[in-house]
Amino acid sequence: MEQNKQGLIVSVSPHISSEETVPRIMWTVSISLLPALVMGIYYFGPKAVYVTALCIIGSMASEWFVQKLAGKEITLADGSAFLTGILLGLNMPSTVPFYIPLVSAFVAVGITKQLFGGLGYNIFNPALIGRAFALITWTRAMTTWAVPDAAFVAINAKTTATPLGILKEEGMGKLLEVFGDKLSLYKELLIGHRAGSLGETSMIAILIGAAFLVYRRYISLRIPLSFLATVAVGAWIFGGKTGYFTGDPIIHLLSGGLMLGAFYMATDYVTCPTVKSGQILFGIGCGFLTILIRLKAGYPEGVMFAILIMNCFAPLIDRNCRTSVFGAKKEKK
Amino acid sequence: MEKELTKLFEIFIASSLINNFVFTRFLGLCIFFGVTKKVETAVGMSITFTAVMMISAALSWVIFNFIMVPLDLTFLKIVIFIGVIAAFVQSSDTIMRKVSPGLYYKLGVYLALISTNCIILAVPLINAGEHYTFLEGITLGLGSGLGFALALVIMASIREKIEIADVPLPFKGLPISFVTTGLIALAFTGFAGIITS
Repeated sequence: MEQNKQGLIVSVSPHISSEETVPRIMWTVSISLLPALVMGIYYFGPKAVYVTALCIIGSMASEWFVQKLAGKEITLADGSAFLTGILLGLNMPSTVPFYIPLVSAFVAVGITKQLFGGLGYNIFNPALIGRAFALITWTRAMTTWAVPDAAFVAINAKTTATPLGILKEEGMGKLLEVFGDKLSLYKELLIGHRAGSLGETSMIAILIGAAFLVYRRYISLRIPLSFLATVAVGAWIFGGKTGYFTGDPIIHLLSGGLMLGAFYMATDYVTCPTVKSGQILFGIGCGFLTILIRLKAGYPEGVMFAILIMNCFAPLIDRNCRTSVFGAKKEKK
Repeated sequence: MEKELTKLFEIFIASSLINNFVFTRFLGLCIFFGVTKKVETAVGMSITFTAVMMISAALSWVIFNFIMVPLDLTFLKIVIFIGVIAAFVQSSDTIMRKVSPGLYYKLGVYLALISTNCIILAVPLINAGEHYTFLEGITLGLGSGLGFALALVIMASIREKIEIADVPLPFKGLPISFVTTGLIALAFTGFAGIITS
């Protein structure tokens, strides 16, 4: 806040005195990601720490570098670069070489956030752009998934496909062959004992973090619920091989980056619509595009692209879902 | 019949989303950056553009298949298409000004820009190259037009937001718009592979 010459504090609304500040929210969200990170380390070993650390270092260094270059105040302490770093790290496979986290962190924070004016002005979710950039640039490295190995020591070099990848390439039969029966498939997916990006696998860990955020009222449930519901309904209607209404919504809900995306990426304050009805529309759009890409397009996972595409539409949604001004009367035509 | 409809639908989706002219082929950028400062102008441009697109696709298809192919003039297609489209756009500009001045002041200003647009030329060339039927040609025109309209409206709404952002000085205005376009293109790669024909 700036003080003007008379010593008055000039700031934009809302003028509510509250303990919530940007740094506080950012650090709390980062902490709420710890369960997911711990599960990632549990299954993928020390490499998970290494990749996440590189992402955090990369994004904080880019933030510092671009702000220094632009002659702006350095805002590393507000935690937003740290949060982007940890989110980006959780979205990477544990097997990537060291330069991928660093370069994508620069694309995420340096280009997607700082170039657009810093925190609060970015159009796209920085972590997702970093991930999309890495996926397109190093497709092979970004889709090589290590076999999860319990107890913090994963050092084997075996690789495998993600459940969604198997479902797309070889169908449900193969998936059941790998995991046994359906119930154990659901169980493994819920706990996170499967191949995937290092922080997206464990649904329980993500849900614990998300529940904490909802309890603290940092995120509302409008976007995640409409997102998840659309994916479930879409998967149920179109996901089946034998006809409509035979798909398995639970697999689609529990696999891929859906939970992480719905609770942590789609709800990003800056890049989602601010109007309530617009947020529900945003969630439905994300869900629809996720299912469209998962079932029809070339990539097995669509959450990332779905959220990014809806990010493009967020300003338009905000424009067209304007709430009426309090006390204003409708103009008669 | 159903097969034909599927093909038309595929052409439409492919040209509007997957191979969106702006985001995957990077054509038509001059208009794209020129009229996306405000959403209202972008909408006006979109309507005019889609209409011109469809009519010129139809016109050039007729000329290509009934005049150029029989006379063996297909090697001249670039020159002839440019001439035909420019003549059509200019004459409709003049006619519109006389017949309906109201519409002209709303949409006519965009016509002059359109006559030299590369998407308008690309569509007849693709139609000729792929040997599309008349309906397929028009569908390609409609799809490309609506895809361009989508790009314009999204971009305009984003630029209105960027306008108030604290962008570093060297990137203010056009440069940041180019960066934005690149990032949107990155997001749109998610559509790749939806149609496998």
